[in-house]
Amino acid sequence: MSRMAATRDGYGAALLELADNPKVVVLEADLGKSTKSLHFRKAHPERTVSCGIGEQNMLLVGAGLASSGYIPFASTFAIFTERAFEQMRNGVARPNLAVHLCGSHGGTHTGTDGSSAQSIEDLAIYRTLPNVVVMHPCDDVSTKELTKQLPSLGQPSYTRTARNKTPVLYDGRENEIRIGKGIVLSEGSDVAIVACGVLVHEAMDAAKALSDEGISATVVDMHTIKPLDTDLLDDLAKKCGAVVTAEDHSIIGGLGGAVAEHLISSHPVPMERIGVPDRFGESAGSEEMLEMMGLKSHHISDAAKKAIASKV
Amino acid sequence: MGISSEGSIVAGMSISELEEMARKCRIEICKMTHRAQAGHPGGSLSEIDILCALYGHRLRAKPDDPDWNDRDRFILSKGHASPGMYAVLAEMGFITHEDLKTYRVKGGVCQGHVDMKWCPGVDFSAGSLGMGLSFGMGCAVAANIDQSERNAYVMVGDGEIQEGSIWEAAMAAAHHELGNLKLFLDCNGIQNDDFCEAQMRMFDIPAKWNSFGWAVKVIDGHNMSDIVDAIDWMDTVKDKPAVVIAQTVKGKGVSFMENNPAFHGAAPSDEQLAQALSELGVSA
Ligand SMILES: Cc1ncc(C[n+]2csc(CCOP(=O)(O)OP(=O)(O)O)c2C)c(N)n1
Repeated sequence: MSRMAATRDGYGAALLELADNPKVVVLEADLGKSTKSLHFRKAHPERTVSCGIGEQNMLLVGAGLASSGYIPFASTFAIFTERAFEQMRNGVARPNLAVHLCGSHGGTHTGTDGSSAQSIEDLAIYRTLPNVVVMHPCDDVSTKELTKQLPSLGQPSYTRTARNKTPVLYDGRENEIRIGKGIVLSEGSDVAIVACGVLVHEAMDAAKALSDEGISATVVDMHTIKPLDTDLLDDLAKKCGAVVTAEDHSIIGGLGGAVAEHLISSHPVPMERIGVPDRFGESAGSEEMLEMMGLKSHHISDAAKKAIASKV
Repeated sequence: MGISSEGSIVAGMSISELEEMARKCRIEICKMTHRAQAGHPGGSLSEIDILCALYGHRLRAKPDDPDWNDRDRFILSKGHASPGMYAVLAEMGFITHEDLKTYRVKGGVCQGHVDMKWCPGVDFSAGSLGMGLSFGMGCAVAANIDQSERNAYVMVGDGEIQEGSIWEAAMAAAHHELGNLKLFLDCNGIQNDDFCEAQMRMFDIPAKWNSFGWAVKVIDGHNMSDIVDAIDWMDTVKDKPAVVIAQTVKGKGVSFMENNPAFHGAAPSDEQLAQALSELGVSA
């Protein structure tokens, strides 16, 4: 059994390491215990700004800090980052100020808090903003590594992390992880499954089940949704001829949307998208939510067979 | 329960009946969060005396007709404190005590945060802080257009009023002289991460509401007669919105939860539940 960890812990650990850079500052909106910025706050209270329960203020305080030469990392629940969406759009993205926003507790996997807490649209909305890098890593190791690379970007970012633990994939493989580069986790030629976040692990299980049926699948961890690794996608479309995307996010506008938008004009192939159908979530356990929303490995493998059957 | 002249139902409970109702609700809050091993006991226990007084003494509503259009509205803006509201809705007969077992359970009416699409008697789908006062203002404006006597009551937390939208609503409600908008502020001094003092000092809270044009009353939020008097006082304010600033204790009634930030969003263990129940007068 592999190690289990939550991606938000990777974020907290990265902030602590980034603290060596005196320009790094942390902004909180009364959820530091949950997003895991609290470790930085404890170690560096002088570089941590509590904004109270005020997400809109937090984003623009971040913009002011960035314009003054600082590297601000702001976090709250994914859903409550959305309350400051226009601040992110007009105050951060438009002037291209490198504020790094992290939304934890993303997706329906968040569980029993219910629909008000389950952001299923964050990846879609942030992806529409010019200049903004959008990421949704699948384990704590990659979250830590990707977060540590953010200051070198010099542009704003949005990273979604998850509340609950999932299997760790990248222990000892830190050097394979680069912003903007999808990671091929298993190679196959019949179908490519492109996943992000908590569904990467489900995609791996789907590939195993497919191989038992004689179907070979490539699985990609597409942790960066923007900029999308289009070179990799083109290769996969050519090699496999069928693509499935999988994400704990609305079927509208997320990873599936991004992949479809690209492939439709570069290398169209049969494609299926696994995501939350056009509805809100509800209170239930993480696994129950994935099952209810049609996001489990068996849904992914069924979609893979459907995509393969549509090949001409 | 008595039927008022308009045919609405006001429960009209005595102080001792309200106190007993609050004790029962505290027991349910502990049981619900324990069963779910999740949820928010602290802010449920701090608000519960006010909720019991509002429902048991004043609110015009019909448990067997929860969608009755001319009911008073109650908006729990701090929607994470849902166990408190569910316990009261069960006591009043909007839902059953059996329903309380569905708190945070798949398919249950008692969703993690109060939700008007899921639970009878819930007037607002909450969970995101700072939204309920604006919604309440909308209900108050609608009542005025309808020329109805109904009121909109809203409950917010003291951490919650750090949201800017609260103050947009505060300003707008005073501008529109909404005498039918009534706000309870549950000042328990603790928010998610820590004490409010550490997270965001709010200085003189009554002065802030005063300066926004509201009628303001400060009370002990655990003294049932004070609460009932304050609700009656709210009735007398007709030309502006009114706020009752209730000084409360987070986790009130369970010694190890009282004034303890750890119980904002943490459930009691088996042992802690047993202790809580015994403190609340449940014999083993
Ligand atoms: C917009 C928004 N930001 C953050 C949260 C997360 N959150 C839930 S409860 C809470 C603290 C609330 O404190 P307070 O209003 O004082 O409530 P109480 O102490 O009465 O439980 C926070 C920050 C939220 N629900 N909504």
